[in-house]
Amino acid sequence: MANHYEAAFILTPVLSDVQMKEAVEKFKALLTDAGATIENEELWGLKKLAYTIDKKSTGFYVILQFSGDSTLVETLETQFRRDERVIRFLVFRLDKYAYEYASKRVKKNTEQTDVKDKVKKEALVENEIKVEEV
Amino acid sequence: MTTNTANNTEIRYLQPVTVDKNRKKYCRFKKSGIKYIDYKDPEFLKKFLNEQGKILPRRITGTSLKYQRKVAQAVKRARHLALLPYVTDMLK
Repeated sequence: MANHYEAAFILTPVLSDVQMKEAVEKFKALLTDAGATIENEELWGLKKLAYTIDKKSTGFYVILQFSGDSTLVETLETQFRRDERVIRFLVFRLDKYAYEYASKRVKKNTEQTDVKDKVKKEALVENEIKVEEV
Repeated sequence: MTTNTANNTEIRYLQPVTVDKNRKKYCRFKKSGIKYIDYKDPEFLKKFLNEQGKILPRRITGTSLKYQRKVAQAVKRARHLALLPYVTDMLK
């Protein structure tokens, strides 16, 4: 039976932005290859940790929400353990209330990004106008 | 006469001050209809911690047992992901 899961993990701060995205893509590919569908992805960027982990005081926070088979979790966790870039991870099943909350959160975030996109587009249009004037 | 009035005022003063004493505690999750407590919001979870980062008992926060378990779960998840400290001083 397919369940909804949430995986949160922290990547080492020594990675560059590109490397960090690469690592995220790797785990996403792993999930999709194993038959999961990714429902949400959140990159919090570099954040300060509340306490040091492996002598590191910052880390890249990544949150993935996916639905799929329960066997997925084990494979994902072994991959997390093997990967040296991951300094901390947490995978758990979302119950119905948590799933409700998560989907609301996704909606909110997409709305916000829509607004941002709109602002960007408007800015672009303005820039074009300026260019034309020049 | 003067001693009597003095006694009266003293007695009045000894009456227990009942301001805010009998206010009933309530579970904020039941009241506002929150079903899931998110571990990703450490600022909210800090309401249920003392200055050392320990989880406050139900007798202080008034949370119902059902939601106290969920609070504890969320706090522990947040601690694992270094969103909240395990041990600290002067959290607030």
